[in-house]
Amino acid sequence: MEEKTRPDPAAEPKFRIKDLDLYYGDFQALKKVNMDIPSGEITAFIGPSGCGKSTFLKTLNRMNDLVDGARAEGTVLLDGRNIFNDMDVISLRQRVGMVFQQPNPFPMSIYDNIAYGPRIHGIKKRSRLDAIVEESLRKAAIWDEVKDRLKKSALGVSGGQQQRICIARALAVEPDVILMDEPTSALDPISTLKIEDLAVELKKKYSILIVTHNMQQASRISDRTAFFLLGEVIEYGNTKDMFNNPKNKKTEEYITGRFG
Amino acid sequence: MPTRQVYLEELAKLKSDVIKMGSLLEDSLGEVIAALENLDAPKAERIIREDDRIDEMERLIEDECINLIAKQQPVATDLRQIASVMRIISDIERMADHCSDIAEFIIRISGENLPLPEHIRDMVNDSTDMVSLVIEAYVREDLSKADQVLNEDKTVDQYAKDITDELLIAMKHNPDKIRSYTDYIMIINHLERLADHCTNIAQWVRFIVTGELSI
Repeated sequence: MEEKTRPDPAAEPKFRIKDLDLYYGDFQALKKVNMDIPSGEITAFIGPSGCGKSTFLKTLNRMNDLVDGARAEGTVLLDGRNIFNDMDVISLRQRVGMVFQQPNPFPMSIYDNIAYGPRIHGIKKRSRLDAIVEESLRKAAIWDEVKDRLKKSALGVSGGQQQRICIARALAVEPDVILMDEPTSALDPISTLKIEDLAVELKKKYSILIVTHNMQQASRISDRTAFFLLGEVIEYGNTKDMFNNPKNKKTEEYITGRFG
Repeated sequence: MPTRQVYLEELAKLKSDVIKMGSLLEDSLGEVIAALENLDAPKAERIIREDDRIDEMERLIEDECINLIAKQQPVATDLRQIASVMRIISDIERMADHCSDIAEFIIRISGENLPLPEHIRDMVNDSTDMVSLVIEAYVREDLSKADQVLNEDKTVDQYAKDITDELLIAMKHNPDKIRSYTDYIMIINHLERLADHCTNIAQWVRFIVTGELSI
């Protein structure tokens, strides 16, 4: 697998979102979202339940296509290409991987979990798959823990390890972007910190977008934070500024816990 | 019931404790004025004893701040408030030390029967006003009062310079009293430093309100 070079954050944004509206039937879940998301950084999305942050994340690799009645308007450009018109969903999801709240390894061996994506993309050669599996597991900081049990079920390891296997599985198809939807909410504090360290390590080569209910997590690891409320982006900026001196009163109320 | 009721109560208590500590300092300064007026040694000794209470308040409030940070992970205005309080109480504690130092010099001068230098009362009054003003600026998070404190400091600095000049001239005329005059100069220096701590607090008030750090 070729090493990617670290993207230049000053370059064109990885994602450019313009006037994005998203509807579930009559319900408008996202309202005129405009946002540039740079490469090589961790961008966190925070906000109360139902604010649209997960919907927004899922729109970025068109997971909402699977939802009946879901309809997006506006543009989402990935490296300048419109993900709704100019890309097929398979190649979009190859470039934009996703990790979910509950670790969801496939009920198969650790090896097969990681090799699953590359096999679908046509890689059959054993030595090549071996190399991808090892490298992906190493990148996900789990190789040393599972290298002697690659043929055993991925369901037989701890939740934190399963989540890192899922991250390795996402990395195996060489994405540019990894979407993480509350990736640590089902994990204990130590596993959480391992995933956080991993995200910080991975941002050198990938853009990481993370939805989290844990504001300390957003402040610990992200470079930028967006605060969503009722489908709108209330504030988006450097994480340091957001947590030290937010510009919007609603952001202040939310992050200091005076919300509601 | 609003969210984070306990947290909000703890933040409110923190503020009221800072105000209490500020009032103790104002009391000490009031005593300094009275002790200086009559070069009253017993009153000066009381000021020195009072300093322990202010030190104790500093430890108590510092503890509250550390607990709030550890238990509540404050952010934004709350974090700026708590970080500033940790600095403000250290400024108040230093100001109380200056009162104590001034009291020691008052005890030394008390037997000397020297006239008070002109304007020293004005300087003490202005410094006391600065303390009251800056505590009010903190309580109300009032930037215009904080700016007033910064301006007042210039007046106090000018008093310090004028009174020192006056004392140097007096020393020339009364060389046998040089030691006592030097003690007055030390008192002036302490007052001047005390006013500087007020300006520090004014800057922390600005930080709490705006998030801009100019210290």
